[in-house]
Amino acid sequence: MLTKANTPLPSAHYLMRNSRKPLLFLLPYLIIGLIFFAYPLYKAIFLAFEQTHGVHTKTSVGLANFSTILADAVFYRALLNTTLFTFFSIVIQIPLAFLLSMFLQYSQLPLMHFARLCIFSPYLAGQVFTGIMFTLIFAPGIGLANQLIGIFAQWELATNWLHNPKLVMPAILIASCWMNIGLCTIYFLAALQNVPRALQEAARIDGARTWQTFRHVIWPSVKPVGIYVLILTTTNAFQLFELPFILLQGTGPNHTGLTLVGYLYNHSFLNGNLGAGAAVGWILTIIIFVFSLAQIKITTGRHTL
Amino acid sequence: MITRQRLKTGLNWIVLSTASLFFIIPFFWVAAGALKDKSVFTDYLFFPPLREWSSQTLNFNNFRVLFQGEETLQGTVYFWQYIVNSLFVASTTTVLQLFTSALAGYALAFFHFPYKKTVIWLLTGILMIPPMLLLSPVYEVIYNLGWMDSYLSLIVPPAVNSVGVILFYQAMKTVPYEILEAARVDGCKEFRIFSKIVLPLVKPISATYTLVVFLTAWGNFLAPNIFIHSHEKLPLTVVLNMYVTQYSEQYGVFLAGTLIAIIPPAILFLVLQKDFVRGLTSGAVKG
Repeated sequence: MLTKANTPLPSAHYLMRNSRKPLLFLLPYLIIGLIFFAYPLYKAIFLAFEQTHGVHTKTSVGLANFSTILADAVFYRALLNTTLFTFFSIVIQIPLAFLLSMFLQYSQLPLMHFARLCIFSPYLAGQVFTGIMFTLIFAPGIGLANQLIGIFAQWELATNWLHNPKLVMPAILIASCWMNIGLCTIYFLAALQNVPRALQEAARIDGARTWQTFRHVIWPSVKPVGIYVLILTTTNAFQLFELPFILLQGTGPNHTGLTLVGYLYNHSFLNGNLGAGAAVGWILTIIIFVFSLAQIKITTGRHTL
Repeated sequence: MITRQRLKTGLNWIVLSTASLFFIIPFFWVAAGALKDKSVFTDYLFFPPLREWSSQTLNFNNFRVLFQGEETLQGTVYFWQYIVNSLFVASTTTVLQLFTSALAGYALAFFHFPYKKTVIWLLTGILMIPPMLLLSPVYEVIYNLGWMDSYLSLIVPPAVNSVGVILFYQAMKTVPYEILEAARVDGCKEFRIFSKIVLPLVKPISATYTLVVFLTAWGNFLAPNIFIHSHEKLPLTVVLNMYVTQYSEQYGVFLAGTLIAIIPPAILFLVLQKDFVRGLTSGAVKG
């Protein structure tokens, strides 16, 4: 991402004389960032080692927050749910999005524009309104999901997706994929449109097979975007919260819809234990950090950021 | 060869229309549900067949119920109030965040200053921190500032976002430095160079980022849930989430509200569509 950051700017002497100017331009960002990002971050470090009682009383408890969480079965339930959700999001969303983008790229214009708009439109609804829409879509009796599946297969119209422990995770995944595939598709489509035309022509004239063209001409252009989409999907999936929170109006039967951020929310804002919430937050940060680094390392084969 | 080409076109049509249907059907269902009368809601999956269209089957009753106002501790609050709240908070957040990000991106792209590399590294690192981790310390700050139950608590904290700074920094790096040099020689003030020369040149990324920020702010649920207590100041997200239980017997009313809530982002997208896709490309390929 930052490899080209250091191309030398000309006339450095001019810039040196005006060394106050960049600070002026950075000032709005810095002031708000200090108050609402840096300071809270600094506080969050201490908070993880404290126990709060109300807003103003705190006692230092050392690593107790972490040991309580790591001994809590619900935490592992949330970790498992989030990991499963992330895994399936990646496995379902990315290949489907890529396939759709290929179909879009190689179809005629009016169809392509219309289909692109349709596929992308769910993203505009956002997590919250997607959640609100799907509470009714998954509702027993009147819901769209049961009625549609009922047309194609034997399916109980009274199926209650959001109260059935086996169907909670699929329901969240369906709603989430419905909303997010469009964005991934647009990213891939943008990458496909950047594949040099001349190169594709040359490959065709040289008699390259479809697979060879794909492997050696298209794939190199798509790969960096693919990595970006992979990291984006992973980071977002690990931070899933609003969608299941609204769909289930809680955590679902036996916590089957509880995510790590939901677990954090419960600690901080339902139980008023801000310290434990912060500790969960740091655990989540470490997980996201490790996953992102690992993905970058595996997919690029080298250590770059 | 011709048949093969036809087969390909046919396959394209089938796949793309199935996909389009899958993604568009929920919206269609919501629109139908909002317009159908309560009495016939379960009679038709979507809209009733054309010959049964009448004011008994399709009407605006759901919208009428939605807009009739509700009694709260702050007196009668009408639904349009929530729409105005959401619009106000989302648009001010968008403008403010775009402003701080573009300014900071400009400073990074066109100036040398000490520790610049460290700053860029920090900005990238910040992306990995889940915003939720900071929610309780931010709560404390807002409490101490006396911003509880004020729109400020929703607008100011999200005004800084390192994603925006990085996007603008990368886009502005591609602007030829000679243009700035010429303007500076001509005695153009730095802020004018920023607003009149550089910003128009990075229009695609501005469009993309505008939409992304607006969508995030429009869908902001957690912050108003925690910071806002007066009913009259609530945004659509929180209110519609309440309606899930409040109107659990009148699906149409609640679908009408959802339909309204999706319209502003859709309009913004249609306006920005062309630049949005271009901006996404430049951001993704380099990011």
